[in-house]
Amino acid sequence: MEPAMNRLLLRLVLFCAALACLAGPARAALDPALLAGFHGDFSSRVAAIEALGVAGGDDARRVLAALEEGNLGVVGERVLIVDGDTVRDAATGEAAEVAAADVDLITVNNRVRRALSAAHAALSLLAGERGERLAAAQNLSENASETLLPLFERALAAEKDEAVRGVLTRAMAKVNLGAANPAKRLQAAEALGESSDPAVKNMLAVLLQKNGDTWAEPDIAVRTAAEASIAAIDRRVATAQHIGTVFSGLSLGSILLLAALGLAITYGVMGIINMAHGELLMVGAYATFMVQTLFRSYLPGWLDWYVVAAIPVAFFAAALVGVAMERLVLRHLYGRPLESLLATWGLSLVLIQAMRIIVGPQNVELANPSWMSGGIELAAGVVLPWNRIVIIGFAVFVLVLIWLTMQKTRLGMFVRAVTQNRPMAGCVGVPTARVDTLAFAIGAGIAGLGGLALSQIANVGPAMGQGYIVDSFMVVVLGGVGQLAGAVWAALGLGIVSKFLEGWAGAVIAKILVLVFIIVFIQKRPQGIFALKGRFADS
Amino acid sequence: MRTPFTVRLIQSMPRGGWIALAIFALVAWVGIPFAHLALPESHPLHVSAYTVSLLGKILCYMVVAVAMDLIWGYAGILSLGHGLFFALGGYAFGMYLMRQIGRDGSYGADLPDFMVFLDWKELPWYWGGSDSFAWALFLAVAAPGLIAFVFGYFAFRSRIKGVYFSIITQALTYAAMLLFFRNETGFGGNNGFTDFKRILGYAITSPEMRTLLFALSALLLMACLVLGRYLVTSRFGRVLAAIRDAESRVMFIGYNPLHYKLFMWTLSAMLCGLAGALYVPQVGIINPSEMSPANSIEIAVWVAVGGRGTLVGAVLGAGIVNLLKSWATVSFPEYWPFFLGFLFIAVTLYLPDGVVGLWRKLRAGRKAAPVAEQPLHTPPPGSTTDPLPEGATAPQHAAPATAAKGAAA
Repeated sequence: MEPAMNRLLLRLVLFCAALACLAGPARAALDPALLAGFHGDFSSRVAAIEALGVAGGDDARRVLAALEEGNLGVVGERVLIVDGDTVRDAATGEAAEVAAADVDLITVNNRVRRALSAAHAALSLLAGERGERLAAAQNLSENASETLLPLFERALAAEKDEAVRGVLTRAMAKVNLGAANPAKRLQAAEALGESSDPAVKNMLAVLLQKNGDTWAEPDIAVRTAAEASIAAIDRRVATAQHIGTVFSGLSLGSILLLAALGLAITYGVMGIINMAHGELLMVGAYATFMVQTLFRSYLPGWLDWYVVAAIPVAFFAAALVGVAMERLVLRHLYGRPLESLLATWGLSLVLIQAMRIIVGPQNVELANPSWMSGGIELAAGVVLPWNRIVIIGFAVFVLVLIWLTMQKTRLGMFVRAVTQNRPMAGCVGVPTARVDTLAFAIGAGIAGLGGLALSQIANVGPAMGQGYIVDSFMVVVLGGVGQLAGAVWAALGLGIVSKFLEGWAGAVIAKILVLVFIIVFIQKRPQGIFALKGRFADS
Repeated sequence: MRTPFTVRLIQSMPRGGWIALAIFALVAWVGIPFAHLALPESHPLHVSAYTVSLLGKILCYMVVAVAMDLIWGYAGILSLGHGLFFALGGYAFGMYLMRQIGRDGSYGADLPDFMVFLDWKELPWYWGGSDSFAWALFLAVAAPGLIAFVFGYFAFRSRIKGVYFSIITQALTYAAMLLFFRNETGFGGNNGFTDFKRILGYAITSPEMRTLLFALSALLLMACLVLGRYLVTSRFGRVLAAIRDAESRVMFIGYNPLHYKLFMWTLSAMLCGLAGALYVPQVGIINPSEMSPANSIEIAVWVAVGGRGTLVGAVLGAGIVNLLKSWATVSFPEYWPFFLGFLFIAVTLYLPDGVVGLWRKLRAGRKAAPVAEQPLHTPPPGSTTDPLPEGATAPQHAAPATAAKGAAA
């Protein structure tokens, strides 16, 4: 009887084991050792929570969820989950014959709660979506410790996504930097060179500190590796920052370009400076605002696309104002450029004050459409915002359009002809007066488009255009009169140079330096970068 | 034989001009001081402190207008940066006024209040000598003069003119404004200088000091007019006018326009600096907004309203526009920019020769004399007002220009 009984028992145990195997690791009971910590004080509970997070699996998830809801408790040696009236064993999930009232529930304090959130992150690191995994990895790497290393290793083995892998590798290296084994520290110091995070650099810099005669890091090989890694990080951060500066320079340049293209055309054709050009920008921006208001009231579902709808509105609104200016005032001042300067300044005063009285003196609010908000993060702290990227693209679009108009259409040919030689163009039958009006309309319309672009990144108010007239004229001067290519190079060059100077000397000094540079430049090349070739008697 | 300088000076102005100057001097040196100081406030002819200050301010503006006219009306160079020279003179004298406050500032320190506020321990080097009245006066003339000389030398040497020159002067004053807005520049940042207490130890707010400053402004204006008149009627002035009307031809004859333009340009800036130095104690404040491009372009409008190329026109224009302004900004503050804007447009469109031109035309019409006095500046069509620098395309608007003139006539 005894042996038979023993055999039976053995079979039963094997059967159970097989069942457990079939069900897979998720079904397997938790190792009771993992749960033992819950009997102790807060510190041992925190350790138990961490261990559960590292172990992973559905059972661990279940236990942690119960703890979070305040349903985990202990009775004697057992750890139990209270579920209404039924009580289950936390390790196996089986019902336990204990009354719910007898269970001594575990209280959750802030420390436990922190540990819980870390454990949750650990769990989602293994099983979440990509975004969740990335967030979990970043969360964990901030408070990484030795206990998390096995988890990182497991996650790395399963992880395919490069971004998550990068975060995990760095987090592991970070932990390893504090390891006792110099080989491990060396490996970590090398791995950290991949980072572009200034915080990682600080971490490495700590190793190189010298306290009296002793280094923070005793091993020379590790120190050398750390130095190399710091240099690599510095290079990467510097590159990202340079890209960021070039980008903001491009973005400033494209705004300048939009403001200056129109001015270049009108100045080229008529030889007058339109001091009210900035106000045409303002008209374009207000037209955009008007379109936004209309969309808010009548097409709220399409609000995201109001900017696109505003393109023709801004163009024609500004072009209309431009034609009115040309017909009513400038036409009568041909041949008197200095007086035109004063008259257009008067026009700008009138336009600003009119807008102040009609719309109000405060700035109006224009919202970025959702597809233009956010940005691309190059490295820690260097973000390329979408609205600026879109504006650069828009400037290119406008430029191509203008170029096509100037080079491929009859009107463009007339405009070029009048720019080069007005009397001769008139002699061969170009209707110079009509070309003037149309060129002015196009120039004003482009200014309106510039206003539309500006409205997405700057304040829109009645006096917004005032700051642009000097800058855009500088672009025209620098680029050479009537030269589209010149305007493009000058605008981008000015934009990038002023952004670099700004980083070096501050915004005001940068502005002053740029102005001084232009004044000096004109000494050397009074006709701009791209001068029209030819000989003219009058100077 | 050369006529002596004094004789030439006296002969440069017709007798009517001298009589007008004498009447003006009588009013400014005797009439207004008497009405302000001697007559009791209840007297109907009493001139209030506000009026004296306002008139003194306008006299300073008139000096600026004359300086502007000398360079724009007689040399054809439109400066949109004369506010800079005016403000520089003001700042130079303001430094002295700040030092005269002494320990009476709100911090009771040796340094001006704004420096204490910035936690500066000693005066920057460029404040050296600022406690000397003579140095302040010298600086008020020399600082604008030097900047104008250097800027003008390079600009005129490369023959920048027309709208190019105008816009660059505007950029210059704009850059200076940005510079002076910074606290670190050492001129009080946004707030500039204010809260002056005394000049040469005498209280700045006393009626006697006010009257003295007013009388000095009148003296400066008269001196400017006499000097200006002498210059524009001299051989120098004729060459300058010739340069304005046809620079290339003057060069072909053998003159170097650089010297003529540069002299007039620097002189004009120095006169502006003096006007600024007299202006600041009368209004009691100087700040960077004086350098804003809008202020400078307004100076051009004073001259345009009065009539370019006539000194009396500049004086009249500055007076008319500023009296209108001080009345309108109180009565219709909302509509003043409209008015000013339309003034710019209307004057350029319909009154190319300003008030003086209008008056001459009316007088000529009444006499029915076809030979109207041509104002000095009427340029031959398609001449120096060409905006483009050497070698660039030169759009010739000769026909429309004459047409416009015909329409205006």
